[in-house]
Parts: sequence; structure tokens; C-alpha cells
Amino acid sequence: MQIVAKGLTYTYNPKSPFASNALKGVDLTIGEGEFFGIIGHTGSGKSTFVQHLNALIRLTGGSLRVGEYDLADKKCNFIELRSKVGMVFQYPEYQLFAETVEKDVAFGLKNFRKDMDEEARAAAVREAIETVGLRYAEMEGRSPFELSGGQKRRVAIAGVIVTKPVILILDEPAAGLDPLGKQELMELLHRIHGGWCKTVVIVSHDMDEIAENCTRAAVFSEGKVAMEGTPAEIFSRSGELFALGLDVPMTARCALRLKERGIDIQTDYTCRDFTDKVLALWKAKGGGDAQ
Amino acid sequence: MEAVRFDNVKFSYEEDGAEFAVNGVSLSVEEGQFVAILGRNGSGKSTLAKLVNALLTPTEGKVTVFGMDTLDPKMTFEIRKSAGMVFQNPDNQTVASVVEDDVAFGPENIGVPREEIGKRIEFALDAVGMQAFRHATPSRLSGGQKQRIAIAGVLAILPKIMILDESTAMLDPRGRREVMEVVKKLNKERGMTVLLITHFMDEALQADRAIVMHRGEAVMDGAPEEIFARSDELESYNLTLPRAAAVCKQLQAAGMPVGNAFDAEELAEEICRSLQKG
Repeated sequence: MQIVAKGLTYTYNPKSPFASNALKGVDLTIGEGEFFGIIGHTGSGKSTFVQHLNALIRLTGGSLRVGEYDLADKKCNFIELRSKVGMVFQYPEYQLFAETVEKDVAFGLKNFRKDMDEEARAAAVREAIETVGLRYAEMEGRSPFELSGGQKRRVAIAGVIVTKPVILILDEPAAGLDPLGKQELMELLHRIHGGWCKTVVIVSHDMDEIAENCTRAAVFSEGKVAMEGTPAEIFSRSGELFALGLDVPMTARCALRLKERGIDIQTDYTCRDFTDKVLALWKAKGGGDAQ
Repeated sequence: MEAVRFDNVKFSYEEDGAEFAVNGVSLSVEEGQFVAILGRNGSGKSTLAKLVNALLTPTEGKVTVFGMDTLDPKMTFEIRKSAGMVFQNPDNQTVASVVEDDVAFGPENIGVPREEIGKRIEFALDAVGMQAFRHATPSRLSGGQKQRIAIAGVLAILPKIMILDESTAMLDPRGRREVMEVVKKLNKERGMTVLLITHFMDEALQADRAIVMHRGEAVMDGAPEEIFARSDELESYNLTLPRAAAVCKQLQAAGMPVGNAFDAEELAEEICRSLQKG
């Protein structure tokens, strides 16, 4: 399913003294199969935008199509749409509520697939729990509240992917996790992305995370898309990003310093590519031959 | 002067004390030091922090804050005045609907006279650069601004130690920078002792000293650069190097003669030097 937004506008608290224009005409296409990053400051409109994608916020201006669903159409089957477009909010572990992990993960499925029989549902729940890297036998009867932070977040994600959404949207999925937890979470998303989930969209403040993981990204600023492209294209325009008050990945900062000293490194800004390019340059200058 | 001292401290959340969240920690922090505390989730970092200002008291061993024993209930009040704590979530640390009332909450509760409270609000909001928001509503501020107000609320008690328990974790990069700048300024200009619990390795690089916690024990303790140079050991505690240090290590492993680097600027410096030599 492809996501196509044209001229999307949205105003919070319209016709009141607190009215604020969160989206001021967003044009953005996210193709099927992408691992897409959304960057921007708090208040740039990125969260408002992603909440449109499964109609948590109803369309009020512009047009939005997600696959065959036209969100401007009042007869659009929003329930079906929401089971295909999964949304993981920031700090999703705060939304755990059931007595056991099994019940918590099953909740969405029970609501989306009322016709599903008990056995099929139990199998789907088991699969979701295993997919996020937890052991079903160990987890199913435990209270989600007695788990560690990283485990809680996995359970919360399992509760969303249990319907096998074709598009998975995650708002700051790795925030607050320790470095290894972050790494494991991104690996999990790539694993899901390779299967039934065709498109992953992550909202992130971490530019290194965007550079390492995304196929393309969009930079939101003041309710519009200010930049769009591959991480390599976006992070080569560091001056514009700095002007927007945003950061660049560590590799881009380093490349910028090297450029000031006349050393030009063309990289996609992943740590691996950056390392390879530096080594290639070193070898081209005869490095490593002396030994 | 010694600000904090742990003598073989153990702490268990369970009555039977079978598992220790903090398991035999001994350390000493001098007044004015900026100490980063690193470790995986569940390694005992937050428990350690709560033991400092007597939110928790040791199951075994002894914690003293400027010589005051946290096990002595008569000292609890004085200890909490000396060691203020800022938590992770900016949204659940505000108590009032106006910024200045929120900052006044601490001093009001310890019975500071009215005129003095006014002065302290002035001082605290100046220190965090939030004077312009004195009459604003906390719920309408950004995350970074809210955390600066939380810091101001702690400053109004005039503590000598500031403990930050992952206080930048929920902020965007701008918010993180704002909070770190305020913390560094308090440390450098006012000699505030800082205990900073964080998952961000680049924040740890800004401290004078870093302590790594693993399964309730303080397993590494030293200057941040020294700790990050011991990368194999660090990785054995499931921690990662700052990105620049990781790239640097890869270059070294491939035989390129670069010295240790911990941030993008140092890395650029090292690469440049190495290439020009070649």
C-alpha cells in the first residue's frame, strides 16, 4: 500500500483563541517497501501527520490515500484501514493495561477480528509475542507490569503487530532504551519489515538512527515537508538542517570537519560506509603499504 | 569536601532480600564533581541515585551525604535539602499551573519565609534561563523547558548536589542540549555536585568521571575517555561506545594509524592527521 498525501492541512482547536495550524499543506508520497524516516522538531507537525495515516485524526483539508483507502471518503472502512496500518505511539509501554501479557496482546485482535475463532487467535498472539523476540511460554501468563522496560515495549509492539499490519508506524520507537536495547529494537523492525509488513515509518529525533536504517526520509518544519530524499541526500545538506535547528549524524559532522580541511568524503552517512570510504582514501594514499 | 560516600552498600526491594538491586557498592564523590552513571536498564543506576537522597535507605552498609547518615531519620530532611533530584518524565514533575508557583513549591514546603522565596524564584529561573516564562503555564512549555523548570524547582531548595535520573531521555535534541547546558553551567560556575544517570554516551563524555553499573555493582570507575578506551570491557557490560569511538576502533582494527577519538571533531582530527602523514 502506497501513502499519498496532497495539500494536507490540519488545525487544532479551530475557531478558538488556541487555534494552531499544525499542518499547512503537506505533500508526501511514501512508497510500498520503504523504511521511511520522519524528522522534525517537537511542534513541526510530524505526529499530527502520522496520526492521519490510520485516521486517528480525520482528514479536514487536502487529500490522503493509503493504498486503496481514500481517507476523504466518509464511507471509507476505517476499521479495516486501522487493522492494516498499525500505530505504535511514543512510550507504548504506558498503554499496557491487561492482567497478563497474553490478554494485552490479544486485545487489538479481539476488536479487529471478531469473527476469528479462539484457536486461530491464540496462535496469532503466540506468533506476535515470538516475533518481538520474547518466549511465549515464559511470558503469556505474566503481568506486563512486572517486566523490564525493554520487554514492556516489545509486548506493546506485539499488541500492534498481532493484526499483521501492512504498514507499521512507530513514533520514537527506541526513545529511552539503553544503547543495546535500541539496537535490538531496530533489528526487530528490520525483521518485521522483511515479511508481511511492507512499509515501516519511524518518527525519530536520532539522526544516526535515520542514517543507519532508513531508505528515505522527510524533514518536517512548521507544518510542511521542508526536505525529502535518501539519508545521503538529506544529510549532505547539513547547512539547511542546522538552520532548522536540527542535528546531523555523527558521520556527517565528521565529514563536514574533514571537508573544511580539504578532505572530501562521499558517503551515505552510515558508520560502515563512512569507515570504508576513509579506509579507501587512506589506502589510495599508500596507507598500509609500508608494513 | 566529600559530598557522597557509599560504604559497601547493598539494597534489596524484596523483604527476604534474596536479590540485591545494589550489591556491595563503595564509592566516594567529592563536592563539585560531575559524575555520569552508565549501565543497562535494570543495572541498579536509579536505585543508586535514590539511595543518595534517602528516598531509599540501604539494606546493608552505609550512605552518607556531607557526613549525614541516610539511615538516621532525623537527618532525612537535611539530606533531601542537600541533594535534589530531577526525574525522567517532564510531564509528571509539575505541581502548579503557573511556573513561579511550581518553583516555589519546594521552598514553601520547607518553611522558607515569603520574601526569601521571591528571591529564590528569581535566582532559580535565572540559572536555568527561564525568567521570561515566570508567569507561563508549565503544560504549554516544550519538554526541554519543562525539565528546566523542574531543575529550577530543585535549585530553589539551594541543594549542593543535583541528581538527574535520565532527565534528558524524553527530550528532543534541542531540549537535551538546553538541559545539558544548564547542568554544565551549574557545575562549572556554582560548583554544584552533579550525578547524571544517562544512556547517552555523548553526555557521559561531558562529565569529569563516569561510573559503570552492572548487576548492582560499580564495575568501572574513571575519566570517561579512560572508560571508553576500555571498549571490550565496556561491551561485556552490554554498553556501546559513542559512535565516533566505534568508528575509530574500526579504523584502528583495519590498520589505519589513528589515535583514540570520542566525538566527531576528534575523529576528524585523527583521520586528517593520519591521511596527511601517509
